[in-house]
Amino acid sequence: MKKVLFTTALALFTLTALNAGLKPGDKAIAFSLKNVDETTVSLSDYSDQKGVILVFTCNPCPFAKAYEQRIIQMDQKYASQGYPVVAINPNDAEISPEDTFKSMQALAKEKEYPFPYLKDETQEIYKAYGATRTPHIFLLENKGGKFKIAYIGAIDDNAMDASAVTQRYLDAAIGALISGDTPSPSTTKAIGCTIKAKG
Amino acid sequence: MMPFTGFSQEITEIDGDGIAVLSRNSNDTTYVINFWATWCSPCVKEIDFFEEVHSRLHDSKVKVILVSLDFPNQVERRLIPFLEDKKITAQVMLMTDLDYNSWIERVDKSWSGAIPATLIFNRERRVFLEQELTRDELFENVNQILD
Repeated sequence: MKKVLFTTALALFTLTALNAGLKPGDKAIAFSLKNVDETTVSLSDYSDQKGVILVFTCNPCPFAKAYEQRIIQMDQKYASQGYPVVAINPNDAEISPEDTFKSMQALAKEKEYPFPYLKDETQEIYKAYGATRTPHIFLLENKGGKFKIAYIGAIDDNAMDASAVTQRYLDAAIGALISGDTPSPSTTKAIGCTIKAKG
Repeated sequence: MMPFTGFSQEITEIDGDGIAVLSRNSNDTTYVINFWATWCSPCVKEIDFFEEVHSRLHDSKVKVILVSLDFPNQVERRLIPFLEDKKITAQVMLMTDLDYNSWIERVDKSWSGAIPATLIFNRERRVFLEQELTRDELFENVNQILD
């Protein structure tokens, strides 16, 4: 057994090529995806808004659950100021059975999501954006009818306990846009659940 | 240190500065640092392979450290029962610094923050893998670093 293990040193191992994805300043990628209410929601539907808080999230991930209420609050706070939330579930439902369209519908109903919760059925949109985990935020700014990426990353600095947050990264980024500034930091990182994709 | 009964080792707490230093250790040991959590299904799938690396190679200056990203308020309820159930003997650390943004890049610049993620290094070679690993992939990567 030991011999087998130690003769594989020359075997090739492959790394999944990571899509670099979008960066702040890049043009946002258009999407048209099915919402839990069976309608189709497109980025272009928001062309009269100042921006969009795009959230890649899912049903079962503990970090998504920990942030669920805060994401609802973000929409309640910022939709009226021109920055509504649009949530996208990027997980393959065969690999992650709690992320079926039916389960998404049930969760959105139970938690009374005030925002669309869309299924990235072909998984092309999350890959194009370069989302890697849930939840993963992309704040889009509407610049003369064209959406650009303004901020990518975390909502704040404490997933476990909303009352212990000291840095509200997304709040600060939206605040910067409202005052006509560029968010700083424009990217943050957070631990999250891997997006479940077919190999 | 968090002592508790019924489990043969202690879970060491580690913070952002601690993991930054640990990720740059330079001695004669090869480190296999796996970032995981009990709720992360791909992490749970591969954890036996890390335990196997530990049991086979800990005499050959290979140190496996399982850095748990379970929330600190779930240690008693989830982490300890999981470790007991899986009979994990490799070292387990609990990340207590929840401002992830402050330390993720100090582990590896390329890391987006998704788990599982694994850092394998010694003073000569280093690889960071933000992906789930099969048993073969894990041993191949460890062997590449040891070579």
